[in-house]
Amino acid sequence: MGTLGSPRRKALATVAAAGALALVAGCGGSDDSATGGGKKDGKVTITMGLYGVMGIKETGLLEQYEKENPDVDIKAEIAGDEQTYYTALQTRLAAGKGLKDIQGIEIGRAKEITETQSDKFADFSGVAGTDHFLPWKESQISTADGKVLGLGTDIGPMAVCYRKDYFEQAGLPTDREEVGKLWEGDWSKYVEVGRAFKKDFKGDKVAFTDSASGLFNAMVYGHPEQYYDEKGELIYDSNPAVKEAWTLSADAAEDGLTAKLRQFQPGWDPGLANGTFATAVCPAWMLSHISEKAGAANKGKWDVARAPKGANWGGSFLGVVEQSPVKEEAKKLVAWLTAPEQQAHIFKEIGNIPSSREALENADVKGAKSEYFSDAPIGEIFGAAAQEIPDKQVLGRKDGTIKDTFSQGLALVEQGTKRDEAWKTTTERIEKAVG
Amino acid sequence: MATSTTKALAGEEPPAPPGAAGAGKTARRRGAWLHLLDVKGAPYAFVAPFFVVFAAFSFYPLVYTSWISLHDVELATLDVMEWVAFDNYVELWGDSRFWNALQNTFTIGVVSTVPQLLMALGLAHLLNYRMRASLFFRVASLVPYATSVAAAALVFTMIFERDFGMINWMLGSVGVDPVDWEADKWPAQVAISTIVIWRWTGYNALLYLAAMQAIPADRYEAASLDGASRWKQFTHVTVPGIRSTIVFTIVLSTIGATQLFGEPLIFGQGPNGVTGGADNQYQTLGLLLYEEGWKNYQMGRSATVAWAMFLLLVLAFAAQRLITFLRSRAS
Repeated sequence: MGTLGSPRRKALATVAAAGALALVAGCGGSDDSATGGGKKDGKVTITMGLYGVMGIKETGLLEQYEKENPDVDIKAEIAGDEQTYYTALQTRLAAGKGLKDIQGIEIGRAKEITETQSDKFADFSGVAGTDHFLPWKESQISTADGKVLGLGTDIGPMAVCYRKDYFEQAGLPTDREEVGKLWEGDWSKYVEVGRAFKKDFKGDKVAFTDSASGLFNAMVYGHPEQYYDEKGELIYDSNPAVKEAWTLSADAAEDGLTAKLRQFQPGWDPGLANGTFATAVCPAWMLSHISEKAGAANKGKWDVARAPKGANWGGSFLGVVEQSPVKEEAKKLVAWLTAPEQQAHIFKEIGNIPSSREALENADVKGAKSEYFSDAPIGEIFGAAAQEIPDKQVLGRKDGTIKDTFSQGLALVEQGTKRDEAWKTTTERIEKAVG
Repeated sequence: MATSTTKALAGEEPPAPPGAAGAGKTARRRGAWLHLLDVKGAPYAFVAPFFVVFAAFSFYPLVYTSWISLHDVELATLDVMEWVAFDNYVELWGDSRFWNALQNTFTIGVVSTVPQLLMALGLAHLLNYRMRASLFFRVASLVPYATSVAAAALVFTMIFERDFGMINWMLGSVGVDPVDWEADKWPAQVAISTIVIWRWTGYNALLYLAAMQAIPADRYEAASLDGASRWKQFTHVTVPGIRSTIVFTIVLSTIGATQLFGEPLIFGQGPNGVTGGADNQYQTLGLLLYEEGWKNYQMGRSATVAWAMFLLLVLAFAAQRLITFLRSRAS
């Protein structure tokens, strides 16, 4: 190798390297780098990122909006699982790339978004025609300085779904009014009914309820303060409401009243289909899951009764990204999608309970019945339950993680671990998870 | 062809047309020069893409991960990094979850690897016999390997289901009480190992088979002339003959076992799988990494687990080299 050769070689290597890099960069794709849609030839494209079954696309609302506004084109991308969706959303927010114009926000993430990402979402405060929501719904997505980062879609008032045929075999009343009276006002009465059920039920092995964690969630979500206090301090290990819910759920687990299943996981579905439990604490949005998984064979066997106490489990918001090139158009679309008429439409189609006060007053919503659940007047039951939800609910940044950890702790009790030991394990895990 | 490619890459002009005398001389000198460049430089250019890709997708992430592991940083606020030096490592050292995950990784690794390789050896030995439809059997043994982890794990999860699974149903029909495959520690680890064994046995068997076919037939002849039984032939001719392949599969399986992730995650279903069961009874190191990163959103601690896993492999490698060194000195 002569000295003459070296600079050339360097040049060659550089060119080769640059070529290879270009190749690599080419694989990256360009779709992810931009934010949202845009305007082109007088036509506006709005992109949406959603998860689960929010009912926005499923019930044909987007097509209706496109028809009414011919210059708008909407592209919605729906992730099945909220956790996957939120992980992607977080990385995109951090990178400032790949965001949609409109992003769905689940209630368990609302606090984290308002605390850490408020400058990345557009403000909805003062937007005309958006004062029809339940008072607590809007406060959950508002920052300390009054910025409103999104508008509410649905809420999750609670009821108890139960199998009439099993109740009959256990000598319990089957009429939904009477069943509701059995445990009116107190969750411990619900567990009492469970003990009576276990004693008197004849036939194959059927547990009273699907899981201890369902009961735990329903009890905790009925209190204004749950895992955090208003100052944002963690109180999960000292809050009497959490302790009370833990004690009662652990009682139910130790007495063998639960089927030891995990809600929304594949093992739960055959339990529904084969009827291995008689009741499930069910937020409104759970009904569609039960009817789908329990299947046509069990139609008319299920019914819905009022829960002992009001509580809110779940619900979502729609926010608009600040850097969206079509921010105003996207805000208009969100306002329309969350308007009372549209929320009532989603409820009629798939049963998600509106977060709009006005939609809850809607005669169609109030009078709605569910054919699958023995014609239960779900509009009336869940509408009444929605009124019982505490007017203030303090959310925390790690609510979702803490809830999952408690569910696992109760699963330990169901599997035979001593409850004190399970409590200790649970609090230790939470400390590690949030610390 | 190589010359023209490199010229094109280097953006060289084509050599000047013959005719002009002075220009021709320069062109000749230039040609010799390019030839030298081609011979000495081209190999580097050809291997460059790999190293560029390696630097971008392996080396850079490795370095960046180590940088993150020295910080306290959450996914939601990646731009806010708090320097904590080696606190994450100290914390991990004192964390019972880490030792639990390490132990699970080891036990699942042993329970899945040892039977897997032994069965693969036996299977290869059988496939090595002359028989009808041998191609069919060889392809069939590779099918599990071609199945995706997700599909395999999902099907096995259903088979091992507590209330309506096939295995508990079969146990029930012979009067054995149902086993809670997911909730109990050892049944869960055995079930997960089953998925791994099912997927990888055929693959390893084919590797062994290929090595076995390279053993000269006269060795077997010689052995049988000496009166060696089939079993003796297997232990004294076949196994020594494929020794290097066996070492190779052990290395591969060890690396695979250290990184075990998809099977237990799907087996545990959802959030429960991330923690490796309610009692962390089958949480592997891979799952612990995932839990810290994608459930707790603590990127610093997640990166620390990743580095701990890497260091463990380095440690295993060093130990293996040391043993080889000591053995070669002893002999």
